[in-house]
Amino acid sequence: MNRKIIIQRGEKEDYFMHEFEMESGPGMVVLDAIHHIQANDAPDLAVRWNCKAGKCGSCSAEVNGEPKLMCMTRMSDYDPSEPLVIKPMKTFPVVKDLVTDVSWNYEVNKKILPYQPPETDDPRMLQEDVDRVQEFRKCIECFLCQDVCHVLRDSDMKAEYAGPRFLVRNAMLEMHPLDQGNRLETIKNENGIGLCNITKCCTEVCPENIAITDNAIIPMKERVVDEYYDPLKWIWRKITGKTN
Amino acid sequence: MGDLMSDIEEKKYDVLIIGAGAAGMRAAIAASDEGASVCLVSKSLLGKAHTVMAEGGAAAALGNADERDNWKVHFRDTIKGGKHLNNWKMAKIHAEQAPERILELEKWGAVFDRTKDGKINQRNFGGHRYPRLAHVGDRTGLEIIRTVQDKVIHQENIDIFMECTVAKIITEKEQAVGALAYYRNNGNLVAIHAKAIVVATGGIGKAYRVTSNSWEYTGDGHSLAYLAGADLQDMEFIQFHPTGMVWPPSVKGTLVTEGVRGEGGILLNNKGERFMFNYIPEAFAAETAKDEKEANDWLNGIEGAMRPPELLTRDVVAKAIMKEVKEGRGSPHGGAFLDIANRREADYIKKKLPSMYHQFKELGDLDITEEPMEVGPTTHYMMGGISVNAETGASSLKGMYAAGEAAAGLHGANRLGGNSLSDLLVFGNISGRAAANFALKTEELSFSKGKLKEAAEQILESFSKDKTENPYHLHQELQDIMEMHAGIVREEESLNEGIEKLTELSKRVKNAKATGGRAYNPSWHLCLDMENMIITSLAVAEAARERRESRGGHTRLDYPEYDEELGMLNIIIRKGPDGINIVKSDKKIMPDDLQNFVMKEAI
Ligand SMILES: Cc1cc2nc3c(=O)[nH]c(=O)nc-3n(C[C@H](O)[C@H](O)[C@H](O)COP(=O)(O)OP(=O)(O)OC[C@H]3O[C@@H](n4cnc5c(N)ncnc54)[C@H](O)[C@@H]3O)c2cc1C
Ligand code: SF4
Ligand code: SF4
Ligand code: FES
Repeated sequence: MNRKIIIQRGEKEDYFMHEFEMESGPGMVVLDAIHHIQANDAPDLAVRWNCKAGKCGSCSAEVNGEPKLMCMTRMSDYDPSEPLVIKPMKTFPVVKDLVTDVSWNYEVNKKILPYQPPETDDPRMLQEDVDRVQEFRKCIECFLCQDVCHVLRDSDMKAEYAGPRFLVRNAMLEMHPLDQGNRLETIKNENGIGLCNITKCCTEVCPENIAITDNAIIPMKERVVDEYYDPLKWIWRKITGKTN
Repeated sequence: MGDLMSDIEEKKYDVLIIGAGAAGMRAAIAASDEGASVCLVSKSLLGKAHTVMAEGGAAAALGNADERDNWKVHFRDTIKGGKHLNNWKMAKIHAEQAPERILELEKWGAVFDRTKDGKINQRNFGGHRYPRLAHVGDRTGLEIIRTVQDKVIHQENIDIFMECTVAKIITEKEQAVGALAYYRNNGNLVAIHAKAIVVATGGIGKAYRVTSNSWEYTGDGHSLAYLAGADLQDMEFIQFHPTGMVWPPSVKGTLVTEGVRGEGGILLNNKGERFMFNYIPEAFAAETAKDEKEANDWLNGIEGAMRPPELLTRDVVAKAIMKEVKEGRGSPHGGAFLDIANRREADYIKKKLPSMYHQFKELGDLDITEEPMEVGPTTHYMMGGISVNAETGASSLKGMYAAGEAAAGLHGANRLGGNSLSDLLVFGNISGRAAANFALKTEELSFSKGKLKEAAEQILESFSKDKTENPYHLHQELQDIMEMHAGIVREEESLNEGIEKLTELSKRVKNAKATGGRAYNPSWHLCLDMENMIITSLAVAEAARERRESRGGHTRLDYPEYDEELGMLNIIIRKGPDGINIVKSDKKIMPDDLQNFVMKEAI
């Protein structure tokens, strides 16, 4: 079947819409279409991908305005009589064509206190105690949730807000049954959890079906509230000078 | 070219690590622990390397799921699986150190699936005598890469360059002294001076059409090391994984984890027969179930029952599926049926094999909790690679080390599932440490401007106006040649023809054309990849021609049996003045106690 595909191209802010036509085959995903165009019409068309199986989170883009992994998005899900419009993630600066500069995410991650192990040579954890942590560890860092979150996308508050991906990461560490660290202060301040107003757009786009808002952000908000707005704890801190 | 030289950024480190899969990152951690300054480069973003795709698990004889397990049994399984061609010292070190390396990951934050008493759970896998694979559902690779990644970014003295491709390794006085690379985002060149280099670039699967491998697997490390003067070995041994997706065409080759069979999945032909019972090799008969009843008993944990034949080693299962298809008993799209739906409850399948469930649902319109999957062989893993010393990971070229899939030896003629992830950790650690220690006691040898200039010109050559060939089309031609002439079954005449075609193609690759500018340009990248793929493909075909026997991943229709003499030695690929030289290694002899243990019929 013949299909029309329109791709945003160009470097940095200097972009244009480039229209292609191609034959679509059975089972084809959007990333196949991109590869087909690369091989035949636009050899320098830039795109990121690795696994082509929804496991690495490299091929994020916006297909007809929706944040998607291109390798898991079937062409047949879209009306063939309409052109398919593919753009890079809007929240991050464009490097070229569909490739964006996502390095900010790596910087945010680096500042989060990593796992703090207990002093034991025989760490035991029960499966039911790690189910939730494992849900968060499924994250493939596609950054689609970051792309869709209005605090980053529309308000561009990257200096104030870590975004849903890194609240998930914080939640994973905080809920790890053996972790010895405490991140509530950074979750509140540097990572700006208060800026999330629970629109749940992030949860909707997560290809790993992580319940980002319900299971990670809301419980973390509650912990922050308990820690900082609980009058008893507040008095305790005043007297002892301890944060914990 | 004066401008060219002044545009090259120069960097200096003790150790350069090429590749940020688990092998490269584990090496970086070890090297920085030793006090070396480290540069870690990767073609992709951090955390996206092939390791992230690993599904089933990492093999380590922790003995959590079955306390009879220990390093010796793991060692024996590895050697039997590798058809005795393994570097036995590597197999020993690997089996001994894998448990430590897995436990260490837990200290760094990994969260594996648990046993009832709260330890790391272990699952069954092909060729492993006892349940041995530490795992997290079917996303073990993600767990491992994320864990070492979190560790590596908080280490001292490591600079990480993501999306930076090494295009040349530079030598002086027969010693590796650095590399020339380019940043993909802007196309700028960077010369990295280093006293030691660890090559951890992964595999070569992209030389084939039907493969589970990503675009990164173009054999860069193999080819760069060869060109720099290091020996390659065992290049004829490629693992064709028995279960790749076969339908629809766009996902042909995508992996279906062996975990499906580990969790009880069975293989059926179009007559509904569980055909693997007809393909049990003599060497494994004593440890394999004789009939369905025994296989079912094993699944239900009944003591004394042996493992089902679906869990034979990959080479055996892949060839069995091929034979069924060839004899007309295949599935509609030319594979076999893999059934888990009738073996386990839907909820269990979704919990233990979530990404398989997802993958078939989204890409194949199939619910694996209700229907059998269709599967067939796919190019998966390179057993061959850079020849290394078992204790240090040192290659035959001074200053160069290798680890992970890019290195050879541990797996012999066939790798057991799960032995790669543990390989990455064990030998990543060993090579990183050794490279750092070598670097810290080595005087700096910087490379000459002349060499740098020559390398830079080569890298940029595909931009010159007179080039005409489309690299994507050259790549497709290469894949056709490799599938046809050096695929799962091989023959002298066809290999000869394949080598001729590759030689022809290599001339055209010199004429590959990069279109557009230098910033994030995949056509330029592919021009460079093509050179690497041609070299590795030629090495594969040459070695395959030379090994006139069938063993593990290498099957010769014209020499279907083992050859005792060849089974004692490795084929070495070495760069000569006019191309590839083939050398046979010395005979390898294992100490008697280990040899006797391996040869015991059943344990
Ligand atoms: C789908 C799938 C499932 C698997 N499942 C399992 C499993 O369950 N258990 C198991 O043990 N094994 C499994 N394997 C095999 C295993 O995952 C790989 O062999 C292993 O991850 C390789 O790791 P590595 O560190 O050697 O290389 P990789 O993880 O592939 O990393 C290679 C690195 O080198 C970089 N690189 C390459 N060339 C260059 C260059 N020129 N310049 C700069 N950087 C470069 C890449 O960017 C990348 O960072 C599986 C493989 C696949 C494909
Ligand atoms: S729920 Fe919070 S994090 Fe998620 S998109 Fe909305 S504001 Fe952003
Ligand atoms: S939480 Fe989900 S959407 Fe966000 S980066 Fe991770 S996988 Fe992607
Ligand atoms: S290519 Fe890996 S998620 Fe799409």
